[in-house]
Amino acid sequence: MAVVEQNLPGPGPDLERPIGYGRLKRKEDARFIRGQGNYLDDVRLPGMLFGQVLRSPYAHARVISIDTTRALALPGVHRVITAKDLETLGLAWMPTISYDTQAVLAGDKARYQAQEVAFVVADNEYIANDGVALIDVEYEPLPAVVNARKALDPGAPLIRDDKAGQRDNLASPTWEAGDEAATNRVFAEADVVAVRDIIYPRCHPAPMETCGMIADFNPNTGQLDIYNGNQAPHAHRTVYAQVAGLPEHYIRIMCGDIGGGFGGKVPVYPGYVCAIAASIVAGVPVKWIEDRTGNLVADSFARDYVMHSEMCAKGGKITGLRVDVIADHGAFDSTAQATKFPAGFFHIVCGSYDLQASHVKVKAVYTNKAPGGVAYRCSFRITEAVYLVERMVDALAIDGNFDPVELRMRSFIRPEQFPYETTTGWTYDSGDYAKTMQVALDICRYDEMRAEQKEKIAAGELMGIGVAFFTEGVGAGPRKHMDILGLAMNDGADLRVHPSGKAVVSLSAQTQGQGHETTFAQIVAEEIGIPPEDIQVRHGDTDKSPYGLGTYGSRSTPVSGGAVGIVSRRLRDKARMIAATMLETRPEDLAWEKGKWYVRGDPGKAATIQGIAEYAYSGKPMPAGFEGGLDAQALYDPPNLTYPYGAYICIMDIDPGTGYPTIRRFIAVDDCGVRINPMVVDGQIHGGIAEGIGIALMEVITFDEEGNCLNSSFMDYLIPTALECPGYELGETVTPCPHHPLGAKGVGESPNCGTPPAVVNAIIDALYRSKGIRHMDMPCNPARVWMAMQGKAEPPQ
Amino acid sequence: MQVTINVNDQDYTRDVEPRLLLVHFIRESIELHGTHWGCDTSNCGACVVWMDGKPIKSCTTLAVMAEGHKIHTVECLEKDGVLNPIQQGFHEQHALQCGFCTPGMLMTTRALLNDNPDPNELEIRTAISGAICRCTGYQNIVAAVRWTAEHEAAAK
Repeated sequence: MAVVEQNLPGPGPDLERPIGYGRLKRKEDARFIRGQGNYLDDVRLPGMLFGQVLRSPYAHARVISIDTTRALALPGVHRVITAKDLETLGLAWMPTISYDTQAVLAGDKARYQAQEVAFVVADNEYIANDGVALIDVEYEPLPAVVNARKALDPGAPLIRDDKAGQRDNLASPTWEAGDEAATNRVFAEADVVAVRDIIYPRCHPAPMETCGMIADFNPNTGQLDIYNGNQAPHAHRTVYAQVAGLPEHYIRIMCGDIGGGFGGKVPVYPGYVCAIAASIVAGVPVKWIEDRTGNLVADSFARDYVMHSEMCAKGGKITGLRVDVIADHGAFDSTAQATKFPAGFFHIVCGSYDLQASHVKVKAVYTNKAPGGVAYRCSFRITEAVYLVERMVDALAIDGNFDPVELRMRSFIRPEQFPYETTTGWTYDSGDYAKTMQVALDICRYDEMRAEQKEKIAAGELMGIGVAFFTEGVGAGPRKHMDILGLAMNDGADLRVHPSGKAVVSLSAQTQGQGHETTFAQIVAEEIGIPPEDIQVRHGDTDKSPYGLGTYGSRSTPVSGGAVGIVSRRLRDKARMIAATMLETRPEDLAWEKGKWYVRGDPGKAATIQGIAEYAYSGKPMPAGFEGGLDAQALYDPPNLTYPYGAYICIMDIDPGTGYPTIRRFIAVDDCGVRINPMVVDGQIHGGIAEGIGIALMEVITFDEEGNCLNSSFMDYLIPTALECPGYELGETVTPCPHHPLGAKGVGESPNCGTPPAVVNAIIDALYRSKGIRHMDMPCNPARVWMAMQGKAEPPQ
Repeated sequence: MQVTINVNDQDYTRDVEPRLLLVHFIRESIELHGTHWGCDTSNCGACVVWMDGKPIKSCTTLAVMAEGHKIHTVECLEKDGVLNPIQQGFHEQHALQCGFCTPGMLMTTRALLNDNPDPNELEIRTAISGAICRCTGYQNIVAAVRWTAEHEAAAK
């Protein structure tokens, strides 16, 4: 049996061992299959102490007093930090990424259950936990509101009394997109209108590795070293510089391996600020690793949208859409969005259809729930938008008696309409939706499945066929349109080819399992012909990588991939200058073939990229005005988002006695443009489908009336296992992105857009055709499906 | 209290608190970081090791309970620089992404193959149903186990 390193690619051409794009096995596997990954909790520093957070048991309560005497008396406890201590450091409140402020530790009152109240620093995590149990806090419980629909009631408790002038629980003014008057006209002329109240419940990214940080402040030098698995190290460094008033060039963030992120490792959490504060006051490194309950109840949630939705059709074609959303942002508004898009990218809600008009309204409210609104494998609320539009197309199909596939096919934006400006202002770059839909129908054998369904219904069985078609806008984003906290959403790349012809490419993207060490090496290999095994991809250390906004919102390939494509081409152009000198010809007389510049018409006269590198660092004559060396830098500002799309179909069987849903087949056909590593793309789609199945069937964060979180461990926040997931049947179409340097589009989040509506549409398809049920909300777990079958399904709290 | 625990065929004697979890003994007391911790509640399987050859969850086992038993961790799989076929299978079939669940998955699936060298898909899915992977959607893990079973059968 060969060891994995020996299995890495040699010279191509070979689909499995490409110099460039192809199903190249991953470089990073070598350490992971040996248990040699370097995750945060694997980092050990001399003299390191451990922190643990005391959390509020109440969802809403005044903090009357905090007595740390007993905790401090425990041997092994070094410090207990409270809001008062943070005030002296100026760290009591921190800005959120939505220009709100969030209490790092609750000083005046706790505004959600599990809010951070104190931070114990001790010799080890066991003693830190003991110390937490010995802190005496006196609370005055207050009425809580956890239901977004009740947060604006006149009698609702005021949550944000810390904000001057705040008289209610509105977290934002009402934000609008589209044309209200035109939409009213289209609805007035329609011959079918479907109306649904759709809830996308609160759920959670729940990566396998929880969040955490090691902060190591050196009081002698003023240097702050941070070890932290986060998805955007450069942006975090800038935020810490602002929050802590520390000079940015004395902050270094080092991300090792990250055990999954899915959006949950984008934000700055109070525990991070506490670890930094503790290291500053203690003068030694302080590690904080969140426990699973802390992760589920206090970290950034996802979704929590209440969506009143109306869709209309005329002549069998979808014509208009009207949406009114209440967004539950929890106690502090830290939803992830680019600043000029107050409701994120939700207004991509018109989907893949050539609508005449649409009008979208969103307002956000505060509730006594954990803050966040961060994506869960979702680009800034696009997942909610896709779910809404694809549920509504099926609702319209039911109410208007259309076949859900035919209704979509008739209403799609046609290939010749691209670039297509939607009624809410996006410019979709490319697509052939009907073609992709047809590939999915063929894999599914759609007509055969419908025939089987008829037989099943006649036999008293429940079978559903759920169809969803999504268009996403990913790869935020163009400097002219979007920024986060004033930072342009661009990414850098730095490429150095050494004298031996081996290269290092440094990125501002940050892998959490996506395989960047392999795929970004493949991009460089494709562009300059150095084999991927000779290219090291460096990322995660702010001292060793160029500035950029990191990995989330499916932006790595669209933005960092663009940067790496461009930097490689710059280096190739430089290599051409040197090759001309080497070959004693003019640069314009040279032609490129992967890996070498050769004299046009005389291919035997050539310089390989490795030969050029060796020459570039030698003492030989350089081209005029050229300093020698072979490297290049780039910062990529994408001209537009990329618009991947796909057709997903779910075949569902439901037990008529128990309501237990079983996914029999799942078909996913994605068009993400050019695929750099199809194996990695397939892996992304597999994982996203599983998470989408989880959201549709079981993953939900709910609360009782007092604000107690009912899903605080994996005992009750259910994640699909191998038994709930089917085998996936994948297909593809390739429509290259016209404006992206590589023709690529993002893909990571696509399956989380397509899967939940496909699964829920399948359930409702089964329930409607057998029992006339026209709607139910997620999660469609057996109990709730059974309740729906009895006509008693309640929306989740 | 003092315990002697045999991990990967080597005895380790350490002073531990009776409440110390086996996962923390492995990670902190003897510094083998391949075994991960993920959930506290025996649900996720990132901490799976073998006790006397059977997979157990080391986050809900006390270190003191391991005395007198043989513990094996992911670090035991590679021998003399040669990967165990299950490790190779995970690489070949892209059965890992972030790598955090991988050690537990490897120990779970290797134990399955030791008991059942030719498992079918349902047997594989059942065997790993106590382990959560958030990245792969499980399909390639199933494929990796089948790849390994077929390669081991062919090698016989």
